[in-house]
Amino acid sequence: MPLLKIDNLSKSFGGLKAVSNLNIEINEGELIGLIGPNGAGKTTVFNLLTGVYDKTEGKITFQDKEVSGLKPYQVTHRGMARTFQNIRLFSDLSVIENVKIAYHQRSSYSLASALLRLPKYYLGEEEMQHKAMNLLKIFNLDDKAEETAKNLPYGEQRRLEIARALGTEPKLLLLDEPAAGMNPQETHDLMNLIRWIREEFKLTILLIEHDMSLVMGVCERIYVLDYGMIIAQGAPDEIKSNPKVIEAYLGEEVV
Amino acid sequence: MRNLFNRQNLVALLGIVLLYAVIQGLIVFDIMPPFYKLTLILICIYIILSTSLNLINGITGQFSIGHAGFMAVGAYISAIVTAIHHGPLLLGLLAGAIAAALAGLVVGLPTLRLNGDYLAIATLGFGEIVRIVFLNTEYVGGAAGFTLSSKITWTWAFVLMVLSVILMKNFVSSTHGRACISIRENEIAAESMGVNTTKYKVIAFTMGAFFAGLAGGIYANYMYIIQPMTFSFLKSFDILVMVVLGGLGSMTGGIVGAIVMTLASALLASVPEWRLVITAVLLIAMMLFRPTGILGTKEFSLSFLGKKGDKNATSKN
Amino acid sequence: MGSSITQQIFQQIVNGLSLGSIYALIALGYTMVYGIIKLINFAHGDIMMVGAYAGWYAITVLHLSFLPALLFAMVACALLGVVIERIAYKPLRNASRIAALITAIGVSLFLEYGGMLLVTAQVRTYPPVFPETMYSFHGVIFKYGDIVMLLTSTILMVLLHITVQYTKMGKAMRAVSFDKDAALLMGINTNNIISFTFAIGSALAAAAGVLMGVYFNTIDPLMGIIPGLKAFVAAVLGGIGIIPGAMVGGLMLGLIESIVSGLGASTWRDAVAFLILILVLIVKPSGLFGKNVREKV
Repeated sequence: MPLLKIDNLSKSFGGLKAVSNLNIEINEGELIGLIGPNGAGKTTVFNLLTGVYDKTEGKITFQDKEVSGLKPYQVTHRGMARTFQNIRLFSDLSVIENVKIAYHQRSSYSLASALLRLPKYYLGEEEMQHKAMNLLKIFNLDDKAEETAKNLPYGEQRRLEIARALGTEPKLLLLDEPAAGMNPQETHDLMNLIRWIREEFKLTILLIEHDMSLVMGVCERIYVLDYGMIIAQGAPDEIKSNPKVIEAYLGEEVV
Repeated sequence: MRNLFNRQNLVALLGIVLLYAVIQGLIVFDIMPPFYKLTLILICIYIILSTSLNLINGITGQFSIGHAGFMAVGAYISAIVTAIHHGPLLLGLLAGAIAAALAGLVVGLPTLRLNGDYLAIATLGFGEIVRIVFLNTEYVGGAAGFTLSSKITWTWAFVLMVLSVILMKNFVSSTHGRACISIRENEIAAESMGVNTTKYKVIAFTMGAFFAGLAGGIYANYMYIIQPMTFSFLKSFDILVMVVLGGLGSMTGGIVGAIVMTLASALLASVPEWRLVITAVLLIAMMLFRPTGILGTKEFSLSFLGKKGDKNATSKN
Repeated sequence: MGSSITQQIFQQIVNGLSLGSIYALIALGYTMVYGIIKLINFAHGDIMMVGAYAGWYAITVLHLSFLPALLFAMVACALLGVVIERIAYKPLRNASRIAALITAIGVSLFLEYGGMLLVTAQVRTYPPVFPETMYSFHGVIFKYGDIVMLLTSTILMVLLHITVQYTKMGKAMRAVSFDKDAALLMGINTNNIISFTFAIGSALAAAAGVLMGVYFNTIDPLMGIIPGLKAFVAAVLGGIGIIPGAMVGGLMLGLIESIVSGLGASTWRDAVAFLILILVLIVKPSGLFGKNVREKV
């Protein structure tokens, strides 16, 4: 059974069909790319997967259970986490607080323990602090744990957003243009990071990207979306030479 | 339990006990004029009110301007228990607070989906409805109000205030409080990080209402008389000013705001129009020149004492 | 009372429309300001109060008749509205909406209690401007004042409609309300347009204030609070930011209130208005005439 199965998914806004008859299957451990020209509906697919939008038609199955119709926090609870195209950090909070909020859904102490400061509260907070620090260490952000998130350089904010998503302990990670606004060196580092976290956290990753070198370099399989429909899918080499894809990207350079 | 008795908490406790003892001494030995005592008790009441509104407006980033409505529910319900049914004071206060929390739940569940100014208006409307209901209820005296005996002493007011503030602070500095803060910071991101935003908005709102109800009960059982007019939206604005002045999102800021504003209105008690004009100018000037309030979202804390203590003590908020 | 139930119903409708036309005039200002800078101008009801006082001053001190007094009040409040906007709201245009709302609450308190310092809390009596004539039509009584009120507000609303729909200024207003930045790029002086909006909204509120003074005979510095809130309810009911919505919302609210009063529950009138507000906000926050929009992720 695939980890994520999207069957005939469609979404209309008024009369506009943003996504139509989408079929995607992702197996455990895969690293999949979703590409397409501007306005193709890539982010809409993410919003449908994570419950931000409600589908018009179709079915989303994650770990053998239907997830469409769930609220975003419930989807996260089932093991899907995402980053955003335009970074959405808790910008006035410290770096470590950002990560701690991600650990909230798995927090081990109740409201009453918090109010009355029962021993469980201290244990729970200590555990959370420990986990969050470890995660920051992996992302090389541990020395900035107490800094305010908005004061981080852009590249580090992107890294923090990925770290925060991992804090929810997902099975499937959705990355929405993680390399947007990065220079080639940063993009290269990000590629290595993505590969590495997949091994380290035993993740399955679906990423939307504009940067072709990143997608071609890191993804095992690619889906190409245009006007809300899948126009091609396959290994990076097949996609590169697919005439439909070249046509969709006409005017844009493929690699 | 080692954590509970770190140096920082012990120093804070010592300070609180000292403050209480000094004022209690002044009252017992009749050095404190009655007007000062009234002001001190009002400060306790307003600290509970502003801290609880801060929970909703500052910490969770919602915008309620109907806090006087919850205060009214607490005041009237506790007065019914203590004055009409001659129940014990503590029972009356608890009943008032719980009734206010229930009202908060009932109002919060449907309206907390609204954002920003829409929520503000809905809560304002709720506050006025509560007032009109009491105004039209002969059982509690209608417009003329309702007299009761004054049972609240400085000790009651102070202890209840300290307990309320500690409970609310404990909430804010837990993972549950962080969930509320994440809603304020970015609701969409909070939701996608697994925070059940509706649940936490309702929790914060209900909790804020609970403590507003408690403050209302203390008020009613101290003031000899309660009237619907006391709980008009002007009262809600007063509380809002305290929170804004101290700094939305800062628990200690809310306390500072409550103290400053209560003292100011005590000083200007003989010229009520001037009090409100000054409040108004303060509010406008604050928004124009320092919209974050006196403390911003920062906390005044004793964390410098905690350096040799445990790490938890130094974490902010 | 030999009048039939239908007569009574029609009487309540007449009363309701009179009251509703005042709400509509105030609601228009709320809705225009909200439409253009997304601010709930809490002080709007108090501007109406200032208008009522300006009219009172014009009639009793300057010995003007009704129409000149109305114009005097409208001009005075238009200026006041512009000054308030420039001093208190303009610096906050890029601040959070909550900061702006708090400022508006401050301005409201300032007008109420500053006004109280200036003219004292004493209730003033409006001089009788209109004859006490009453017309009876099939047993339904129209006071002279009812007719003037309906007529004045209808004329003002028609003028507003023409201004917004057919003049260059109105076109610019609609452009700014649709997209402030794009309007600026198209060479529209958004600051002037916003000031103009405040001027018009405040002038309408002043007219409502004078009519209210004439209709109820008494004025005081806190008279603007409740009608202001009610007018806001009316604006939300019709769909805030939508001009025809404010007119319809105002008239509807007036009718509902007079029906509630007619049923003998006048002390519950305000509660009913706020209940409607909350229900509208819960069921259809965009109001009767509005569309739902959601945040882009």
